[in-house]
Amino acid sequence: MTVSFMEGNEAIARAAVIAGCNFFAGYPITPATTIFNTMLKLLPPSGGICLQGEDEIASIGFCLGASMAGMKTMTATSGPGISLYSEQISFAIGSEIPIVIVDVQRLGPSTGSATLGADGDIQFLRWGNSGGLPVIVLSPTDITDCFILTIHAFNLAEKFRCPVFIASNKEIGMTRESIDIRNLPLPEIESRKAAPHTTGFQPFAVQSDTGVPDFLPIGSIIPIRQTSSTHGPDGYITNDPKAIEMNRTRLAGKLKNISTNHFFYETHPEKDATTLLITYGVTARSARQANREEKQSGRPFSLLILKTLWPVPQDLIQKHARGMKRVVVVEMNLGQYVREVERVLPGIPVQFLGQMNGCLITPTQIKEFLSHG
Amino acid sequence: MDSLLNQNRPPAFCPGCTHEKIVQMLDRTFQNMNLDGNQIAIISDIGCSGLFDTFFHTHAFHGLHGRALTYATGIKMARPELTVIATMGDGGLGIGGAHLLAACRRNLDITLLILNNFNFGMTGGQFSATTPPDAVVESGFLNKLENPIDICEVARSAGAEYVIRCSGYQTDLDKELEKAIRFPGFSVVDICGICTGRYVQKNRLTPKKIETLVSNHSAKKYNHTISSTPRKEYYSYYKELSKNQTPTENPITISPVFKPLQPIRQEIVILGSAGQRILSAGEILCLAGLTAGLNASQKNEYNITVLTGPSIAELILSPDQIDYTGIDTPSIILALASEGVERRKHLFKNTTQDTIIIHEKNVKIPSCNASAFSVDFKGKGIKPQDWALASLAVLAGMNKVICLTMLQKAIELRFKEPIRSKSIHLIQNMVF
Repeated sequence: MTVSFMEGNEAIARAAVIAGCNFFAGYPITPATTIFNTMLKLLPPSGGICLQGEDEIASIGFCLGASMAGMKTMTATSGPGISLYSEQISFAIGSEIPIVIVDVQRLGPSTGSATLGADGDIQFLRWGNSGGLPVIVLSPTDITDCFILTIHAFNLAEKFRCPVFIASNKEIGMTRESIDIRNLPLPEIESRKAAPHTTGFQPFAVQSDTGVPDFLPIGSIIPIRQTSSTHGPDGYITNDPKAIEMNRTRLAGKLKNISTNHFFYETHPEKDATTLLITYGVTARSARQANREEKQSGRPFSLLILKTLWPVPQDLIQKHARGMKRVVVVEMNLGQYVREVERVLPGIPVQFLGQMNGCLITPTQIKEFLSHG
Repeated sequence: MDSLLNQNRPPAFCPGCTHEKIVQMLDRTFQNMNLDGNQIAIISDIGCSGLFDTFFHTHAFHGLHGRALTYATGIKMARPELTVIATMGDGGLGIGGAHLLAACRRNLDITLLILNNFNFGMTGGQFSATTPPDAVVESGFLNKLENPIDICEVARSAGAEYVIRCSGYQTDLDKELEKAIRFPGFSVVDICGICTGRYVQKNRLTPKKIETLVSNHSAKKYNHTISSTPRKEYYSYYKELSKNQTPTENPITISPVFKPLQPIRQEIVILGSAGQRILSAGEILCLAGLTAGLNASQKNEYNITVLTGPSIAELILSPDQIDYTGIDTPSIILALASEGVERRKHLFKNTTQDTIIIHEKNVKIPSCNASAFSVDFKGKGIKPQDWALASLAVLAGMNKVICLTMLQKAIELRFKEPIRSKSIHLIQNMVF
């Protein structure tokens, strides 16, 4: 065993490079800045590009341009920056531009508290785009997750040609932890599927049943089109309701093709448990500790830690909730993901524990909540 | 060379619009330059200028309002061999002002064509950043309240070295466009034209008037590189400087060589002030723990303004996986400055007889149940910036969490000479 000691943010940056990221642009913001700092150390010496944009809109704009020119891109920010990214996120969704977006969440609303943690952007990441089309959001609980999920995030962005968010948190990003990098179960690196360089190439025509168009970069030997306008397979603006509907249905549906092995989670099922606790992010760590301690005290509960938040792993949640008397959702906000859990578990009592004061939810709080429920 | 115009999509502007002339001129420029469609990327903004990419057989990227230069920057950095042209109206100029200024400062080899027709044509003729205050527009009286900007002056003062104002009607526009495209850096061509659909419905503007406007204008003086020592082009300079960047070292890796002293979770808090190297000492303590196979976590707290205020490191060392990273009942407190103690005074209430507190002699600590050890770091001639490391040596001397060999090992891993030897000397002198 050989261990290193680093921040969650540094782990994300190092994993991004392993995943093939060769273009990063960002605008400094606490608590995400150290991702930029690390990328700036890693990329230029190895031939990659790392830029500091004049603002967040520019930073993600650089990435979208570079991604369409064939690079693997990432940007990182926090809540105020995600707000500014919004129009570009909508563009990336609608025009199928692969990009990994790290949101190291801090306590909001607005500029809020730069150095306090929160998981307050969970619904915002899903719905903060015009048009409401789906996105992928992964949520790390610790440094090891930061490393592994970042590689998965790139793979998913490439495979599905869409933005993939890593919903981190100040409490993970700026916390240093020991990590055994050499022995991590790293996934294979995937890249977007290249189309043949034929003259009949249409940038948004789908060649397979994946629902995802094959890709050729801007700069190919045949001219390539990209547009934020409502477009047909040829990348030109269209007013044809049929073509529009087909494209929108495909965009909404392509993420349904995410196979179950692309859903990330961790379970701690307990025999005889009548309570299922569902959580994610840094709060999962308190839940793990509470889970261990309650088991020792003879009051076991089952624990489901979601690392894929969007698309909602509906089947997974239903499977684990089956036969439970109640489900408790714990999250570092005033009630966001609990809405999804309630939605997919009709008929099962769902209780909520959350707080939004910059402090971690403690194992004791969780245990007390469970005992009073 | 053949025309690069898209035969399936002829220009679709309002009758008489200057934009159409510019499309033709741009095509002629491409032909004059012997460029193929796959050598060019047209990045178009929103508004009527946003239609430009569809009229050509080139690489094309059409995005959000005002952001054309952001995409152009990404594409040029990724594909420096492409001729990258951004088209933007006077509307995009206003909303994307920050990007324009940054592009001027950056000097990446992109050519920006501003299709300046003094109003928002597509949305019905509202005022833009270049609308004269006396013009009659769809924004009521609001344009009377604002001054238009002279984009050439602005671009120049932001550092653009190639700035020229043209008329969309001038017969040598293709030559001017070629010069701008050939300029090895960021070039701005402000092309004044007439919005026949909107602007001239209520305002008198003719090609002749535009010609006067352009020829009278001081921007003429910008039609060449001003500086005798031209600025370096961004991409080439980026590559030049990147080459000199030393490849980053891999993170320090540690193989456990010692046995943990106490096989339990230990929570340690170092309370100090800015400048006391509290965070470095925290890292050293964690690395020392790693040498004994412990898991470690470190959270830091300090004021956003540096060199003042508290500096706090919260550390956990444990043989088990570290889940919850909060510290509510520390097993060890190192109190080195009153600022840190004040910020975490509530922790002292949670101490027990098993809690160890090591504090600098002059740092007062709240009364509590813990066993407190006062150390006269100052009296020993140790500078405040070394108190944190020195306090680790005191802890190691007590064989709590770490021992001196572990501490020395951590210092060897973390520091290079001469800091390494100095630090080791410091901790060895602390042994009591």
